[in-house]
Amino acid sequence: MTQPETTETANTVSLTIDGSPVEVRPDATLLEACRQMGTEVPTLCYLETLTPVNVCRICVVEVERNRTLVPACSRIAEEGMVVKTDSERVRHSRKMILEFLGSSVDLSAAEDEVGEWMEQYQADPARYGPQSEPTAAGERGRRHPGHHGEVNGRTAEGVHQPTKVDNTLYVRDYSRCILCYKCVEACGIDAQGTYAIAVAGRGFDARISTEMDLPLGDGACVFCGNCIGVCPTGALMFRSEWELRRAELWDPDAQSVTRTVCSYCGVGCNLELHTQDNRIVKVTSPQDHDVTSGHLCIKGRFGYDYVQNLGDVDRSSIDEVLAAARRPAPE
Amino acid sequence: MDDAEVVILWGSNARAAHPIFFHRIIRAVRRGATLFCVDPRRSESSEWADLWLGIDVGSDIALSNAVAREILANGLENREFIERATLHFGEYAQSVEEWTLERGEEVTGVPAAAIRSLAHTYAKADRAQLCWTLGITEHHNATDNVLALINLALLCGHVGRYGSGLVPLRGQNNVQGGGDMGAIPNKFPGFQDVESDEIRGRFEAAWKASVPPRKGLHLTQMFEAMEEGHLRGLYVIGENPAESEADVNRARGLLEGLDFIVAQDIFLTRTAQMADVVFPAAADWCEAEGTVTSSERRVQRVRPALRPPGEARTDSHIICSLATAMGHDWGLPAAEEVWDEMRSLSPMHGGMSYRRLEENGGLQWPCYDEDHPGELFLHSRLWADPPGGPLAPFTPVEWVPPVDRLTEDYPVRLTTGRHLDSYNTGVQSGSLKSPIRIGGTIDISPEDCSEWGVSEGEEVRVTSRRGSITVPARVDESLRPGLVFMSLHFPEEVDINQLTIEAWDPKSGTAEFKATAVRVEKMPAPVG
Repeated sequence: MTQPETTETANTVSLTIDGSPVEVRPDATLLEACRQMGTEVPTLCYLETLTPVNVCRICVVEVERNRTLVPACSRIAEEGMVVKTDSERVRHSRKMILEFLGSSVDLSAAEDEVGEWMEQYQADPARYGPQSEPTAAGERGRRHPGHHGEVNGRTAEGVHQPTKVDNTLYVRDYSRCILCYKCVEACGIDAQGTYAIAVAGRGFDARISTEMDLPLGDGACVFCGNCIGVCPTGALMFRSEWELRRAELWDPDAQSVTRTVCSYCGVGCNLELHTQDNRIVKVTSPQDHDVTSGHLCIKGRFGYDYVQNLGDVDRSSIDEVLAAARRPAPE
Repeated sequence: MDDAEVVILWGSNARAAHPIFFHRIIRAVRRGATLFCVDPRRSESSEWADLWLGIDVGSDIALSNAVAREILANGLENREFIERATLHFGEYAQSVEEWTLERGEEVTGVPAAAIRSLAHTYAKADRAQLCWTLGITEHHNATDNVLALINLALLCGHVGRYGSGLVPLRGQNNVQGGGDMGAIPNKFPGFQDVESDEIRGRFEAAWKASVPPRKGLHLTQMFEAMEEGHLRGLYVIGENPAESEADVNRARGLLEGLDFIVAQDIFLTRTAQMADVVFPAAADWCEAEGTVTSSERRVQRVRPALRPPGEARTDSHIICSLATAMGHDWGLPAAEEVWDEMRSLSPMHGGMSYRRLEENGGLQWPCYDEDHPGELFLHSRLWADPPGGPLAPFTPVEWVPPVDRLTEDYPVRLTTGRHLDSYNTGVQSGSLKSPIRIGGTIDISPEDCSEWGVSEGEEVRVTSRRGSITVPARVDESLRPGLVFMSLHFPEEVDINQLTIEAWDPKSGTAEFKATAVRVEKMPAPVG
């Protein structure tokens, strides 16, 4: 026997999604059932490699005889369930979520699908009025429950604030943060086990924070970049990408992605090298690669400068040396 | 690893040195596994452990023998496995008889209750993984240390089953592959013996050339041969011995005395600076086609993402061009052609075509033919009835303390290891702008700092029997009194290998980087 034993489970669960019958394995979620039959359900806080926290609610679907809409990412399929993924209630709920997020958060660097959903659900974040003034640097990080100002009714309350650039590797732009918790999970319980960040504050003041709002490098952070790897909105960004974007040199159309193996220890982590103009501009790992599940360490993620910090390349010719090798050695 | 009930990290700080592997240990711990860490330092890994065994440097065999004796004294050994699959059990049982818990505690510094706990938990587990790294192998008796751990696995039947095994964690991305490919003095690719006429005949027929019938020298023997004067020239590929060798002053002296050095590297390393000829090489992991083999014997493809700088060329290009220049036209074969030739001669790689490596995200050897899925773990044959192939021998091993003895003049034990954000001599990791870089320091326990009157950041003098350097002190609560720690990452600022000892294991050739005797002194106050 060279492979793990698998337990035979013959039984499946039958349910109906949008009028069509579907059979799934017993512990499948409604999201998995939908994907199995090719029905698209939008997700923001969900990732295959993380435990569902069902906070974004964008994946809600309607289940017959359930009082409220349910998050498809974490609701387990049950025998005989009747599910609607595109009912008026579902569409309305998704539209409201997208509008609330769009009116309070900068989604301009979010994954492409977010823009598509905005159109699909006819979300119009602008109808809540112009954006409120950004808060001063550090202000949101110091708020305590109940201490925020009154809503003025004319502007859309937002989370806009100056970008945090406090170290050489990461940039944190919490104006873009939708509080999906993915970074918290990747840093903590689901992968890295470092727990450098968590959600602080309550209600609209809730935000991702280090302990005591310290700069990243002064806290528990080990700079694995796994939080950045899972961020769906560009709130967390590699410094290299951020600098190139700021200089208007970031060009996804000119980039290619090459899969290779990390050059450091012997674990065999696969890397995706994102290159532009013969330079590495970003490193990720494939989520479906079973060694890493998409997660890396500081060396694999950031330790590539040595192949491109070249300065003046010495032009001495290999061919001359090889030609010399052909000559007999002097006596 | 995910499904193990017990995980022992013995001489491994995987949290820092193998961080993504450690994610798997975390997963196992969350599923209820018990984690033991055997390490002189209370390392980052030990913070996750149910029990940390703070062992004195170099007493691993004593601890292993005491664990074995405790298992035997309580009848917890796996009799069925021992009888069906092993040899020399009686001799082994006799050899550990003197290692009572009390003796174990006395020699290793680990409390008897902790030894007992590890012994009982390991022996009673259904699935237990025993992992180690350089804490076991960078000793003068490296091979014996490894054998001591193998003995424990055989004693409990924790080998060759899903979730149970022996896990040597490789420190470099292709150190496994290098050995597999025959980049060791006595083997062809696939661990086939160079001195076997039959095997050598097969390679000679395929290569249409004769192959020297005797094995070569490993690195440590090469330095001895330099010293004796019959090794006069060196071709160094991707290695930096002028910085990485133990007792590096001696190594540099020997390299300087050579007639001729060729260095092939991606950088002008200290070794390359000493060379007569330097071949600038491409960084194979991101500038070339090829494969590497990870710790779990998984062969995976690397691919070029960048064009090499200047006139740098891939290693295979340089080697083939050199062959051509020397009168043997090897052409410039593609990486896949080289690989296909290799797997036609190495049965354990036979089924690993590039196409299959691509489709399967890598394959684990042995993989004999194109229908073979590869093997998740080895030695399952020991559980077959009857066991296929030779039985697994117990090997009694004697505890021998580190060569560099602690004395009144050199009363402190210096050990070495890696930081999370750095790697070996820093050739690769040096340019990483890490916000958490500690730099080159000597780490000292709070107790010793206060006894020696040394404070954080203060320059101290560290002296061994071979050399003396100055280095800033760093207070480290993971250390016990009498134990200091340095990394090898910053040789330009802190030339630690002036201190380390060249004593090496005659069976494997590894040097005793882990155990140096030193004294640490405050610097004299500046005059005036």
